[in-house]
Amino acid sequence: MSTLATARPANYLSVDPGVMSWLLTKDHKRIGILYLVSISVFFLVGAVSAAVIRLSLFTPEGALLHGQAYNKMFSLHGISMIFFFLIPSIPAVLGNFLLPLMIGARDVAFPRLNLLSWYIFVLGGASTLIAATTGGVDTGWTFYTPFSSIYSNTNVTLTAVGVFITGFSSILTGLNFLVTIHKMRAPGLSWSRLPLFVWAHYATSLIMILGTPVVAITLLMVGLERGLGIGLFDPALGGDPILFQHLFWFYSHPAVYIMILPSMGVVSEVIACFSRKRIFGYEFVAGSSLAIAVIGFFVWGHHMFVSGQSVYAGLVFSLLSFLVAIPSGVKVFNWTATLYKGSVAYHAPMLYALGFIGLFTIGGLTGLFLATLGTDVHLTDTYFVVAHFHYIMVGGAITGFMGGLHFWWPKITGWLYPEGWSRAAALLLFVGFNLTFFPQFILGYNGMLRRTYTYPPEFQVLNVMSTAGASILAVGYLIPVIYLLWSLRYGQAAGPNPWGATGLEWTAPSPPPPGNFEKIPVVTEEAYAYSTMETRRA
Amino acid sequence: MLFGLRLFPEQASTMAGQVDALLLFLLAVSLFFIGLIFLTVIVFAIRYRRRSEAERPQPIHGSLPLELLWTIIPLGLALVMFGWGAWLYFALNRPPADAMEVFVVAKQWMWKFQHPSGMREINELHVPLGRPVKVTMTSEDAIHSFGVSDFRIKMDVVPGRYTTAWFEATKPGEYRLGCAEYCGTEHAKMVGRVVVMRPEAYEAWLRGAPTGISLAAAGEKVFQQNGCAACHLSAGAGPGPSLAGIFGKPVKLATGQTVTADDAYLRESILDPQAKLVAGYPPIMPSLKGMLGEEQVTQLLAYIKSLAADQKAKAAP
Amino acid sequence: MPETHSEPHLQHHFVALEQQQEASTLGMWAFLITEIMFFGGLFTLFTAYVSAYSEAFAEGSRHLDLVLGAVNTVVLIGSSFTMAMAVRSAQLGKRKALLGFLALTTLLGCAFLGIKGIEYAHKFKQRLLPGPAFRVDSPASQHVQLFFSFYFAMTGLHALHMVVGVGLMTWLLFHGWRGRFTPTYFWPVELSGLYWHFVDIVWIFLFPVLYLVARHS
Repeated sequence: MSTLATARPANYLSVDPGVMSWLLTKDHKRIGILYLVSISVFFLVGAVSAAVIRLSLFTPEGALLHGQAYNKMFSLHGISMIFFFLIPSIPAVLGNFLLPLMIGARDVAFPRLNLLSWYIFVLGGASTLIAATTGGVDTGWTFYTPFSSIYSNTNVTLTAVGVFITGFSSILTGLNFLVTIHKMRAPGLSWSRLPLFVWAHYATSLIMILGTPVVAITLLMVGLERGLGIGLFDPALGGDPILFQHLFWFYSHPAVYIMILPSMGVVSEVIACFSRKRIFGYEFVAGSSLAIAVIGFFVWGHHMFVSGQSVYAGLVFSLLSFLVAIPSGVKVFNWTATLYKGSVAYHAPMLYALGFIGLFTIGGLTGLFLATLGTDVHLTDTYFVVAHFHYIMVGGAITGFMGGLHFWWPKITGWLYPEGWSRAAALLLFVGFNLTFFPQFILGYNGMLRRTYTYPPEFQVLNVMSTAGASILAVGYLIPVIYLLWSLRYGQAAGPNPWGATGLEWTAPSPPPPGNFEKIPVVTEEAYAYSTMETRRA
Repeated sequence: MLFGLRLFPEQASTMAGQVDALLLFLLAVSLFFIGLIFLTVIVFAIRYRRRSEAERPQPIHGSLPLELLWTIIPLGLALVMFGWGAWLYFALNRPPADAMEVFVVAKQWMWKFQHPSGMREINELHVPLGRPVKVTMTSEDAIHSFGVSDFRIKMDVVPGRYTTAWFEATKPGEYRLGCAEYCGTEHAKMVGRVVVMRPEAYEAWLRGAPTGISLAAAGEKVFQQNGCAACHLSAGAGPGPSLAGIFGKPVKLATGQTVTADDAYLRESILDPQAKLVAGYPPIMPSLKGMLGEEQVTQLLAYIKSLAADQKAKAAP
Repeated sequence: MPETHSEPHLQHHFVALEQQQEASTLGMWAFLITEIMFFGGLFTLFTAYVSAYSEAFAEGSRHLDLVLGAVNTVVLIGSSFTMAMAVRSAQLGKRKALLGFLALTTLLGCAFLGIKGIEYAHKFKQRLLPGPAFRVDSPASQHVQLFFSFYFAMTGLHALHMVVGVGLMTWLLFHGWRGRFTPTYFWPVELSGLYWHFVDIVWIFLFPVLYLVARHS
């Protein structure tokens, strides 16, 4: 094996390694890597700001930051994590890299458009970073009017423009995936044979295409209102600030599913592989992704139960929010059932996937407290909400991202990372995460309001616990960065299929050559046919 | 309190216990499912751990009865949660008819209260024990939110419109009031307290405070100063419709529609008179926007309501 | 490694030209759906406000130039016709007709933009551009201003799409002139046609909504 390390066959990394060839690449795999590098920058920005927030909340009076400085910090955290890390994370990195490989294609349908969407992302990201360093922004990631359009004296316009621009990157990625999945599948790869990762990305693409334009136009209006004094959402000019919230959440609630659905796709792949079984109830897991994408478009009003919208609207949105919880539950039950009579191996990706099931279950069930009208009134805008969505976005989406990164790292780079370290990091992240965010449920129920730099002294114990957990989380994220980079130099060669997984991506060499496959493969069996798969070489 | 740890907030309103009951139900259901999933995952993961690299488990495709089971049972539970929650939400949004009304004007970063008696307070709201209190709120700038967690209530305070919330305090004491909707630099410091007093103590507090004139009387002053009386008090004979007894009554508009003369309608007609013109009157009234602050508008509303009460009083004997 | 292809227009990652064409067509439809959502957001907002402030919006609408608006509608419908003819010519391989119809479409597109420019100039002179300089003699002037905010946002966004469309036409003219389109490879013309028709349809909605419906009283 180690002889391979010195003489690898030509692959997408080794051919034409110059900087210009990377910047002008149309190879979906290289574009995936470009995204990985750029979203890592934003993860770092988001993580550092989170660390500063947690440190500041160590004491009730605010240990580090007060007033606007604190507000800018949580805005930076939210904006960079949501728009520039979570939304592109799995789709733009793993989706770009894997979709063509998984469906037996040479590339996505529109490679040039794919590169363009990366440049748009960089442009939007740069605008936002410039805004953050020249005046910052203190509106939170939600940009609620009329605060954002009139009262904030920070650099809102440039930030909104940055997010607006990045929206188009998301739209183009979704469009590319949709067409790729429809039109580029290898012969024999029918819809009922698609890996669930592909199904999840199909559902995600629909949301990106249908939802993102609405938030784009809404943020554009906020920018115009600020810049030109046009009063679409300004009550002083006859506008209605509640309308902004409707349009904003029409996208931003489905956007939660843009973050979580791809993660669910990763979990399906990983659980099937490490229990060596077909996913239990494949059709239901695939169908639930579509159900979530569709119903997810009609639940936005549950962010507005105390906004002054009519109580009857609240009633409808509450009911629909319960309905969207059902398909999520179906997924969890099916994953659990997949383990039954399986052959379960505890590699790092599997630990992340099992962690995902647990954390997502907690995140999902606490969501019911917020979908329930009577309890939401008390819980909304408290740390209960903060804890709930971090269970979904960090415990769910980022855990899935970490699992996927570990699962496909050997495919992407061709190298193996150290087993022991990777398992330890996964466990550490699970512990650190729960210690950080579980206390926040209790804080929220007791009335600690979100987005405040001070809090009543009786909340300090739980806040200190949360901050302590965050420091464990920080170490937990640092370890993988170190050993993954280490593996690039000292790792063992992975071979095409280190996990013994099904799926076309594992039939290509690691790392794959520029055109992915010698010959376009022909698919003759369903996904996850582990029982009939000939025993492969390790 | 456990090692300085508070695990449950105070129950200080009639709704608090009901919200907590629903919450405990949700908690029980959640704990059951969290236990079920965690336990099953752990048991399966250990029981079916890989013992040899050559293992090839038999595939299981799925089971329709199971899928139905774990769709229908959660759906049933969800519907119970929905129904219970909706019922509470309606209760939280329907103030009793006899509620004492307090006007709230929020601005960056303070709370201003006006009692019916004309008493004004800042960041402090004194209320009597055991009497429903309805707060009618509006904002002078960004969106704020009126939240008292010990009462389990919260409602956004939106510029350009009125929103309402209500509570009936059940324990004397001081309760934290916070702005729950992010509103800018000192959002964290936009806090106040609700002081619940026994009725006798409340009466004494009202009497002991620097005497102001009642809200309605203040409104009458505003009414005179802005020249409203010239058109609006002559029982239909003047250029404007009479306002006596108008509150809560249906009003026929020039467009043929009928609206109820509630807080929202009257406020709009003061600030934007042409928006919903009363049938039979010319569009000549100037807008008072920019001339009246939100507090003065609420005073005017109190005055108009007092005219309605006079009417009733006259009709009754 | 990709196989070598005989078809010059086939990109390396597609198996067959037919697949490439189907992908491009689906891509354009998906793009148009995002456009519908984009304009849909504005139309939704507009509908919400027009029902709240119907009087003021009618008044704002009366400030618009119905004649120029109607002329522009005719111009655009004409351009849709010439665009359809251009697609037809490309399909039949008639290069000269293709170039002629493309040129006509470009011209009509520019005419639309010119007329829109004249309208904008008038509004600017009449101080109907929302902002500090906005003046209109009406008790509900704020809501009239809101109407003009929508007017400029919606027609401006539409005009931006027209500019992109004219750019597309120029690109087609260039490649058509070089004889790149054949009866088996004309979908770039067809797809640009789809886009052009879409932008026309947006105007077909904008014209009555802004110029006519709000005017009813």
